[in-house]
Amino acid sequence: MLDKAIKGSGKYWAWIFTLLVLMGIGFACYMVQWRDGLMVTGMSRDVSWGFYIGQLTYFVGVAAGGVMVVLPYYIHNYKAFGRITILGEFLAIGAIIVCLLFVAVDLGVLPRVLNVMAYLNPTSILLYDANVLPLYMLLNLIIGWNVVSAEQKGIKYQNWVKVLSYISIPVAFSIHTVTAFLYAGIPGRHYWLTAIMAARFLASAFASGPSILILLCFAVRKFTKFDPGKEQIRTLGGIITYAMIFNVFFMLLEVFTAFYSQIPGHMHSLVYLFAGHEGHGVLVPLMWTATFFAAVSLVLLIVPKTRRKEGILMLACISIIISTWIDKGFGLVVGGFIPNPFDRYVEYWPTLVELGVSIGVWAVGAFVVTVLFKIAITVKEESEIK
Amino acid sequence: MGIDRRKFLKIAGVSAMLGISGKAGFELLAPGDVEASVKDIPLTTANKWGMVVDMHKMTDTVLEKCQNACHTIHNVPDWNNPRIEIKWNWSETYEHVFSEREHEYLDEHLLEKNIFVACNHCDNPPCCRVCPTRATFKRDDGIVVMDPHRCIGCRFCMAACPFGARSFNYGDPRKAPAEYNPDFPTNPDYPTRTKGVVEKCNFCAERLAKGQLPACVEAANMQEADTIIFGDLSDHSSNVRRALREHYTIRRKPELGTGPNIYYIV
Repeated sequence: MLDKAIKGSGKYWAWIFTLLVLMGIGFACYMVQWRDGLMVTGMSRDVSWGFYIGQLTYFVGVAAGGVMVVLPYYIHNYKAFGRITILGEFLAIGAIIVCLLFVAVDLGVLPRVLNVMAYLNPTSILLYDANVLPLYMLLNLIIGWNVVSAEQKGIKYQNWVKVLSYISIPVAFSIHTVTAFLYAGIPGRHYWLTAIMAARFLASAFASGPSILILLCFAVRKFTKFDPGKEQIRTLGGIITYAMIFNVFFMLLEVFTAFYSQIPGHMHSLVYLFAGHEGHGVLVPLMWTATFFAAVSLVLLIVPKTRRKEGILMLACISIIISTWIDKGFGLVVGGFIPNPFDRYVEYWPTLVELGVSIGVWAVGAFVVTVLFKIAITVKEESEIK
Repeated sequence: MGIDRRKFLKIAGVSAMLGISGKAGFELLAPGDVEASVKDIPLTTANKWGMVVDMHKMTDTVLEKCQNACHTIHNVPDWNNPRIEIKWNWSETYEHVFSEREHEYLDEHLLEKNIFVACNHCDNPPCCRVCPTRATFKRDDGIVVMDPHRCIGCRFCMAACPFGARSFNYGDPRKAPAEYNPDFPTNPDYPTRTKGVVEKCNFCAERLAKGQLPACVEAANMQEADTIIFGDLSDHSSNVRRALREHYTIRRKPELGTGPNIYYIV
């Protein structure tokens, strides 16, 4: 089936070529980091995780969000989603590859990464993360590939594929729960030490993942002969509405606990993120941007009239993506480190090299999603013509 | 090599399958070797090494001597850059070390007083709990050590440590600016590290093994006896236990339940 990916229009090849160039830029930046060490990033002894780990966190959410099309189809027998489950699964594969690459570029000594498997530490959450992420990717790859090949042959996929799909649902929840546990079990980092972290992660995942999927559905409709469907997009719109409401609600719960209890440690990071502290406040504009777009998305989504207009739904999706990306891909990780264990405020901002590497990683993800979508959609186009 | 042919083939096969390079393959082979070589290192006899720091005696001069002694012996580079600096022991003001205990009516001299800080070699160390490779672990004598050869540089331990005791080699220590490190490495008998690994105070495990006191303890007590009292906390009649009986002492962030083993007489 891979042959479908090497037959495409000029536009397709221009896009592929652009991604390859971006990957090249990312690789060159990584070589600089490889030579000089992580000192080329903005990270410090105080903010020892930055943009890379933030992006890992965000894209685990995107991957987990794919389950929002799989679950209704397999569990609730919502037939309409049968048309787009494959898109959710293939998006998840691309997202997981992005996650794994962000972990890889963040490591100080990448060639030693298999030490994680050689010296298994059962109490380390990273061990579980390193296992569930590839497992989820593998499940989606096997399921997606078999579903597409069955479709190409004009037959129904075999029953064991359905069994794997059922298994992939709890695994999807687990990848983001485990990622939340990376943060939520650490003593002394008050911003992260919250029982609601995994719930917040899942809520924002189920808002951001399907939002990206909706945008991809619009792109597919525009650039191919396959239409993911009006009903499908509308149902996804309903899902992101609920998820975003939960996401914002959970965040407000954090704000209540911190500011009603008035316990300094619980308030410090939030105050720093949203108001700054004694002249330290590089993240303040970002956090208010996130807040603004969260509010915009909620208004556009909650009002049925606007939600059901596809153009406006698209705007709402973009708002959700900006809002959750800043909140989870940046503020959450960096905010957890500020103030540091000595109650000192050391700020963080990514460097150009760091952003260059990240662009390369995103390009790899976009490349994988493009190729997989190309295959799936070409097969769908051909079977619909028949 | 402490492995038989069968095991070698198995590991070689898995390495080849995973398509990993010779270097990573070697690391897979390493476990047996490392464990065998560790057997010959004499471990110390204490059950729980601990420190009592008398802050009345710990002046700024002594603090500086403590850090110099440690950093010279352990080849800690000076990056002259607070963002990526490496610190095994250093000082911070009372206000920042014991922020939960400061109040607005506290004597200014105490608020501004520099306090000795280092790894607390916790009873229940979160850094060891989170380390995915067990590159940092707690020994039977209570010391939390780092194996810089096993560390993959994920920095989970730095996020987990509530005391900010860990440093990461953001650059290659051997390439730290020569003007600040004229005679690096300062101690040819202690290994230098590579870029990309975490390091921290090891209570001078290598010196204890030879019957010597930690470098900072030696340097501090040379100025005035019992500035830092170092001994076995599990032994009722030890010097540290006597000091803890005779003085009111505090620890950093005991409420987090990590069980820090540096006590302060303030």
